[in-house]
Amino acid sequence: MASAAIRPPLIAGDKTPQQVTSDICAVLDRKPGPLWLGGFLFSLSLLLLGAAAVAYQIAVGIGTWGLNKTVGWAFDITNFVFWVGIGHAGTLISAVLFLLRQQWRTSVNRAAEAMTIFAVICAGLFPVIHMGRPWLALWMLPYPNMRGPLWVNFRSPLIWDFFAISTYFTISATFWYVGMLPDLATIRDRAQPGFRKKLFGVLALGWDGSYKTWLRYETLYKLLAGLATPLVISVHTIVSWDFATSVIPGWHTTIFPPYFVAGAIYSGMSMVLTLMIVARKTMRLEDYITVEHIDKMCKLTLAVSLMVGSAYLTEVFVAFYSGNSYEQFAFINRVIGPLGWGYLIMVVCNVGITQALWFRKARTNLLLVFAISIAANIGMWFERFVIIVTSLHRDYLPSSWADYAPTSIELATLVGSFGLFFTCFLLFCRYVPVIAISEVKGVLSIGRVRALKPAHSSSPVPVAAEEEEVPV
Amino acid sequence: MSRRRLLGFFEEEDDILAATRAVRGAGYEISDVYSPYAVHGLDKAMGLEPSKLPWVGAALGLAGAAAKVWFEIWTSEYDWPINVGGKPFNSLPAFIPVTFEVMVLFAGMSTVLAFFIVARLYPGRGAEAPDPAVSDHRFVMVIEENDAAFDADVVHRLLRQFHVGRVEERVD
Repeated sequence: MASAAIRPPLIAGDKTPQQVTSDICAVLDRKPGPLWLGGFLFSLSLLLLGAAAVAYQIAVGIGTWGLNKTVGWAFDITNFVFWVGIGHAGTLISAVLFLLRQQWRTSVNRAAEAMTIFAVICAGLFPVIHMGRPWLALWMLPYPNMRGPLWVNFRSPLIWDFFAISTYFTISATFWYVGMLPDLATIRDRAQPGFRKKLFGVLALGWDGSYKTWLRYETLYKLLAGLATPLVISVHTIVSWDFATSVIPGWHTTIFPPYFVAGAIYSGMSMVLTLMIVARKTMRLEDYITVEHIDKMCKLTLAVSLMVGSAYLTEVFVAFYSGNSYEQFAFINRVIGPLGWGYLIMVVCNVGITQALWFRKARTNLLLVFAISIAANIGMWFERFVIIVTSLHRDYLPSSWADYAPTSIELATLVGSFGLFFTCFLLFCRYVPVIAISEVKGVLSIGRVRALKPAHSSSPVPVAAEEEEVPV
Repeated sequence: MSRRRLLGFFEEEDDILAATRAVRGAGYEISDVYSPYAVHGLDKAMGLEPSKLPWVGAALGLAGAAAKVWFEIWTSEYDWPINVGGKPFNSLPAFIPVTFEVMVLFAGMSTVLAFFIVARLYPGRGAEAPDPAVSDHRFVMVIEENDAAFDADVVHRLLRQFHVGRVEERVD
């Protein structure tokens, strides 16, 4: 009770559990509005553009990209790291904040987890396209084959990456589905008899709200959160090893794993902010995703932004402190070389603009937060681009220095990945509850004192006294 | 002999918690409680043992990791050793990342499957909640009546103290 007096309610509007159900399911019952339909068609057309571009580059070969002998990795890998990074905030919110008992996460975890899954799908596409012969992608699996059997090279960071991303996708998708079971049952129980009820009946696996199941479910949830936490750190650590295990100046640094993990969480948090600010407005969920939720997410974003900033400084400091002239050149070239503008965008967007979030006035101004989150997304895309391209394009031999510019096909593929992401996200908003209904019901009582109803008997007897009367 | 159960329907979290404690404290057997969300502390009130699912995860996670280490050494050192940049065939430290991922995958997926099995959740299973409103807002307590000491009047009185909505008897 003491905590009730101190803590403000997490969910605004004095909701009852019934209201929570109907508020969150209302979107699913309505016919899609023009806003959703327009957004969906727009995303779908971007997706189709991307699909056409991917079909073309698979048919013709990845010679359609702007890569050359010197710059062998550029746009494609940038997009891969960008999308994987975005996924990480979903796991942070659903797993890490769960273990830290941050109950405000209940309003955003479902959407953040969905974001993770769709972002990882987008990410996974790029390495597969990059293979050039994507129909041989299954060669990454160590299966007994007719080529020897020739096994995969388990010493290669690219194989580590394959295992990391596929495990991450599987665990995230399972975590999401298991977390959704109670809500699927809610939809099943309120649906009219028909196809929808049958479909959700199958999906809900016969969930009936038995507390024995709830107890196991909670245990499972805790366990999956405990597994997902080191997993998310390992995934981006391994992504950074794709670079750090090479001997390229600018890549070959031990700071990469924490630097990449912090950057990933930062970019993901900004994507969550972007999505949530739009979703709460368009889906009328202001009572569930309140300004306080945005405020807390902004603080987290600011914290990781500072970590990213200190990584930027450390990186430059170590380059000069190392006394390694190649490393020093790589950083001078990164900051004031021909792609120095990219470095400037990265620093300004990721460390500069975000400093506004120190002020509550800024954190509660949703339009400003939205703008900052977009800037952070752009900044984080450029971070990966700068790391990848500036480290490569001026290598050890000045005679082989080269420039890089993306071709229209590469741009179309990036646009297409956004199309895929938003198409999936918009479908998610329509067909599954965007907010974890059962979890929100569990935190309704926070910061609220229950209005006491009189007991049915005329004078309520204290519980303890009654217990003594009962014959055992 | 048929199974007789008394069902109490509640609307509030505090009530179901207190009622569960009181009914169990009075010596009656609560076979289950149905709730729309995981009520904190209800497991203790019902006297449920903590779930053993983490052991499944730990055992299969370690088994998966062990199998993976064996597989990596077997493929890289014995079945078809390939010299990659002069590195040793058995590059154990380089095998750690994949081993870790496989451990997490096995631990996670096996625990989920074990959960589905012990909770008997599968596609095509009909929901057996005593009230469809359980997935919305209602709490239902199921008390076994087969106990010789069962006294309906006492239980009714007890439940009413905690604002029970209605009480129902079901025989099956």
